[in-house]
Amino acid sequence: MEVLKIATAGSVDDGKSTLIGRILYDTKSLTTDKLEAIEKTSKQKGYDYLDFSLATDGLVAEREQGITIDVAHIYFSTENRSYIIADTPGHIEYTRNMVTGASTSQASIILIDARKGVIEQTNRHFFINNLLRVKDIVVAVNKMDLVDYSEAAFESIKRDFQELIGKSEYKEQTISFIPVSALKGDNVVHASDKMPWYDGNTVLEHMESLDKAQIYNDGTPRFPVQSVVRPKTQEFHDFRGYSGKVYGGDLSVGDEIVVLPSQTNSKIKEIYAFNEKYDTAVRRSSVTLTLEDDINISRGDMIVKKGHLPTINKELEAVVCWMDSIQLRSRNKYILQHGVNKVLAIVTNINDKIKPDFSGTDDAPESIGMNDIASVSFKLNRPIYSDRFEDHRTNGSFILIDQNTNNTVAAGFIQ
Amino acid sequence: MKTTAIINPLENEAIYIIREVVAQFERPVLLFSGGKDSITLVRLAQKAFYPAKIPFPLLHIDTGHNFPETIEFRDRLVEELGLELIVRNVQQSIDEGKVIEEQGKYASRNMLQTSTLLDAIEEFKFDACIGGARRDEEKARAKERIFSVRDDFGQWDEKNQRPELFDLLNGEINLGQNVRVFPISNWTELDVWSYIERENIEIPSIYFAHKRNVFHRDGMIWSHDDDVVYREADEATEELIVRFRTVGDMSCTAAVLSEASDVKSVVQEIRSSTISERGARIDDKRSESAMEKRKQQGYF
Repeated sequence: MEVLKIATAGSVDDGKSTLIGRILYDTKSLTTDKLEAIEKTSKQKGYDYLDFSLATDGLVAEREQGITIDVAHIYFSTENRSYIIADTPGHIEYTRNMVTGASTSQASIILIDARKGVIEQTNRHFFINNLLRVKDIVVAVNKMDLVDYSEAAFESIKRDFQELIGKSEYKEQTISFIPVSALKGDNVVHASDKMPWYDGNTVLEHMESLDKAQIYNDGTPRFPVQSVVRPKTQEFHDFRGYSGKVYGGDLSVGDEIVVLPSQTNSKIKEIYAFNEKYDTAVRRSSVTLTLEDDINISRGDMIVKKGHLPTINKELEAVVCWMDSIQLRSRNKYILQHGVNKVLAIVTNINDKIKPDFSGTDDAPESIGMNDIASVSFKLNRPIYSDRFEDHRTNGSFILIDQNTNNTVAAGFIQ
Repeated sequence: MKTTAIINPLENEAIYIIREVVAQFERPVLLFSGGKDSITLVRLAQKAFYPAKIPFPLLHIDTGHNFPETIEFRDRLVEELGLELIVRNVQQSIDEGKVIEEQGKYASRNMLQTSTLLDAIEEFKFDACIGGARRDEEKARAKERIFSVRDDFGQWDEKNQRPELFDLLNGEINLGQNVRVFPISNWTELDVWSYIERENIEIPSIYFAHKRNVFHRDGMIWSHDDDVVYREADEATEELIVRFRTVGDMSCTAAVLSEASDVKSVVQEIRSSTISERGARIDDKRSESAMEKRKQQGYF
């Protein structure tokens, strides 16, 4: 079954959780016991409608404050495909969660309150979706019921948003505008009869129509070796396999390959998935490869196709989204995790701070803090084998780990 | 041409996660309950390391109130695959005075498992516990990370979780911490059942329709076993054809009326079901935030 991951972004009270609750309700994904719990709580709170946000706002603190404070994952499926929605919070202090949710998503829904229009937060949401190269974006103009389902209100928001698109450097995404009322159910799953002027897809229809080849296309094959398999049993006495996940493109038996960092050439001999042999491993499959030649390979090495080498870097320039309360400073050292490879990285320079609303950069700051986005230069103690993020979403990204706390403190996008 | 189609991106993701656990940790263990989710994990672990053997033991926290069918099944599986099994008993924690048995109508040993589990983690110095929890099960679990860091007390700090970006799993931990790892986080109940069907995985017989002595309480069907499950004098028993959707303790798992006697009919039943899986978990009904509170204390 095909799986599509969707991130959501919106400001406080834009009705994100309500939208997701509505999708679940209208696709009949809410079970009786969950519905009963929603009905009961809605009634207790004295609402005269069903509060669908209760379906997703899981933690006690959230129910008390009535806001979403962490990434929640919601699952539903249609006959066509399975969906995972990452419900990410829209508060400025929680940008890190939004980046997290979008980092694994193929599509994104940005919510705008029809009464408020494009606000500073919208710029930020769109900027992050661009930074993360999310290919498909739905701009859902919500609460249309509160502006009398007015076409003029919708069109005006659309014009404002198109100005933002003009400022974006990333041009390979599709952006669709849909007028909705999550509370009333207009154009979420079912088409609305209140807005005859809109004849496009509903939010769900749009997701259903996405072409998977288009969304998953993400570059040339990269095979970071997760582990070396040496069973040393009677039956597999001389077996030496390399386990990992194929990223970017397919690998086939007979392919001429290069192993990094040794730059040794060989050919793929066999491809195993469990106890069966295959001719081709498609991208995103977890397999075990054997090679024609006996080469010394260990975890963290990378197998790539001959003629399609990544860059072998000991110096790196990257856009970094900072996610920790302890600030990043020049000369600081971090563990840089790129795929299954961990190296030490020292910050050689903070080049500039990027304003997350398309308004340019601030000159080299001393440090960067929580939710800041900046261009940073690093020197590494060992090379990594990477691509530019815009060419390869997986092989062009990394995380930074604080050696003192072991926390994940940043997401990095290689330039 | 034979191609590894992405028939199941969830399987590929789970195998990747399990391989990362073994690469990044020194003493991993698989928390095995005898339920379908942990059985699925065993199959995924087999696939992750083939042709080598699964390189970590299974740990079963035995409440002493398990369905006998589950225990028989567990022992057979371990035997067939040549796995190492560690069993630690809640009864022992009770005998040592570490926990006190709950009393009364809703008494269950489910909460008591936590203490036994944390003791076992300390005893064997496990640094990574692989579990079969899924985000679709319950709202608090929807926020769980794939690598979820626990402190010395086994506690989950849900407001201070590490971000998980892309495919990257950060297994760095401080001394005294350990992680819970959830390779099938993104699977739904239906995904698990479809996988069991496709892979032809054997599971304990209580998942299928069978005759059982039961009684009714609070709109749920309880197993009749006076040694384990407290029953009021006026709660009459009867024999019904039922099956279990989740397999926890006898004292916290309700049965559902069902005629589904094989995997295929179970899959069909779940497709058309209007009750969620944990709707039959008595332990979750205690309050709206029952699961979250248990997790903060170190519950699996």
